[in-house]
Amino acid sequence: MNSIQKNRLKDQLFKFWGIGCTLIGLVLLVIFIGGILIDGLSRIDWAFITDLPSRKAEKSGIWTPLMGSVWVLILTAIISFPISVAAGVYLEEYAKKNRLSALLEINISNLAGVPSIIYGLLGLEVFVRIMDLGASVLAGALTLSLLILPIIIVATREAIKAVPSSIRDASYALGASKWQTIWNQVLPASSGGILTGVILALSRAVGETAPLIVIGALAYVPFAPQGPLDQFSVLPIQIFNWISRPQQGFIDNAAAAIIILLLITFIMNGIAVYFRNKWQKKLQ
Amino acid sequence: MESPFTLGTNGKKNYNNTMSEIMTEKTEDPKIEVPIAEKYKLQTKDVNVFYGDFQAIKDVSMNIKPKSITAFIGPSGCGKSTFLRLFNRMNDYIEDFKMEGKIKIDDNNIYKKKIQLEQLRKEVGMVFQKPNPFPKSIFENVAYGLKIQGIKDKKLIAERVEKALVQADLWNEVKDNLNKSALTLSGGQQQRLCIARTLAVEPSIILMDEPTSALDPISTAKIEELIYHLKADYTIIIVTHNMQQASRISDYTAFFYMGELIEFDKTKKIFTNPEKKRTENYITGRFG
Repeated sequence: MNSIQKNRLKDQLFKFWGIGCTLIGLVLLVIFIGGILIDGLSRIDWAFITDLPSRKAEKSGIWTPLMGSVWVLILTAIISFPISVAAGVYLEEYAKKNRLSALLEINISNLAGVPSIIYGLLGLEVFVRIMDLGASVLAGALTLSLLILPIIIVATREAIKAVPSSIRDASYALGASKWQTIWNQVLPASSGGILTGVILALSRAVGETAPLIVIGALAYVPFAPQGPLDQFSVLPIQIFNWISRPQQGFIDNAAAAIIILLLITFIMNGIAVYFRNKWQKKLQ
Repeated sequence: MESPFTLGTNGKKNYNNTMSEIMTEKTEDPKIEVPIAEKYKLQTKDVNVFYGDFQAIKDVSMNIKPKSITAFIGPSGCGKSTFLRLFNRMNDYIEDFKMEGKIKIDDNNIYKKKIQLEQLRKEVGMVFQKPNPFPKSIFENVAYGLKIQGIKDKKLIAERVEKALVQADLWNEVKDNLNKSALTLSGGQQQRLCIARTLAVEPSIILMDEPTSALDPISTAKIEELIYHLKADYTIIIVTHNMQQASRISDYTAFFYMGELIEFDKTKKIFTNPEKKRTENYITGRFG
């Protein structure tokens, strides 16, 4: 075997190795989703979605945690969106390139890597105890907002960076102030990218379990929250709860709830991809 | 053979001669003193520009007459764009930018502390190298400069938009599609839209930074014709890489080399009988 043949063989070997590695993830995901669908699909009907929790598996529904998730999601969006977009705009457009901004930047990147349970502990201390919000929807939303702030800030900065400087130049050259330029040109041109980041961050927040368990959302909550200060449960916690029961009926319930949760995150990611494509077209 | 460095030391003295010739050429009777502010729209005196340690402009003094077209020519990196961008202070956004000397427009120092950039840029419009319409409708593009001034009168805005589009020779092509995205226009149309957008603000000076370098010959011809007609109402300064363009449309031509103003004179003179060897070499295509 000469060296060319050897190289070709190596080429082929590496290709198959690569295909194998790629397939591991995919195959596992397919097996997982398949198993879930077999267990849970038959359990999903309108009553499953609108029923309150019950001691009997076949009478239990996900209305309480579903509404809890929706409440937390909306409040998290309302809290995190203005704060993180403003922070992103500041860092990208206003902050001078000096040591302070470099320090801020490193810290934001680090925050994005902090384990979520640490955010839970922070939320427990600050929101639940010091601000005395209890294990409420608001405390949960504030905690999750902290968790996704760095993600949205980074996404906002990337989106703003992608706005061609020629658009800024044109705006300034016509006599616009910095704020007018940001508000009228930079933000509209980067809105697609920012929105994509926000939705992806929220779809991560909707699946978070650990920080909410820490702040006390694991308690049995019989009713859907009516206001921001009500107790709540969310879908992932309900799944966690059902999975830990011995009866097969609850395991099936968990599988059905997982299908609903996956559906929500897939839809949100789909919307994010849609916005991203639309935005990219617009900028070209 | 002159090296650029010996030229740098001689250049200042030489161009002073050139400058004084220009300044005296129209004053038929030297006893009648015309106030300099009335004679010149824009004056620069001993202007130096630094980017950090790099000196981009060296001791440039120049006077520009109202309602004339002045072309800045010179090889890439000679500082002509930098010099142009001083007049509406677009260099302010560049880090490490430092400027020395005086620049006056209508006898007002535009680099004094109290100057309002928004006001200055209303007075000094700019058209860029690549057409850069906003990703908005044609109407919104032209109306933008008015809206940011706080003008809310819809009728007035519509009038000014139409007037600017007519002036920029674009009205007939877009009047039925004012709400279409500006990005659907061709490159040449986009550049005329950018000119219309500048005109709508009613400046008195228009800076053009290689406005046709990204366009095809037909669009270029259209824009050159437009610039030529705009001279009736505006003072125009145009940076160009295209010698023919400079000779076709400009009244005065300034030749820059390595941050220095080598020669500044009537365009006809520069292109037929330049004072400096280096100018001649550049114009005849021997370097640059």
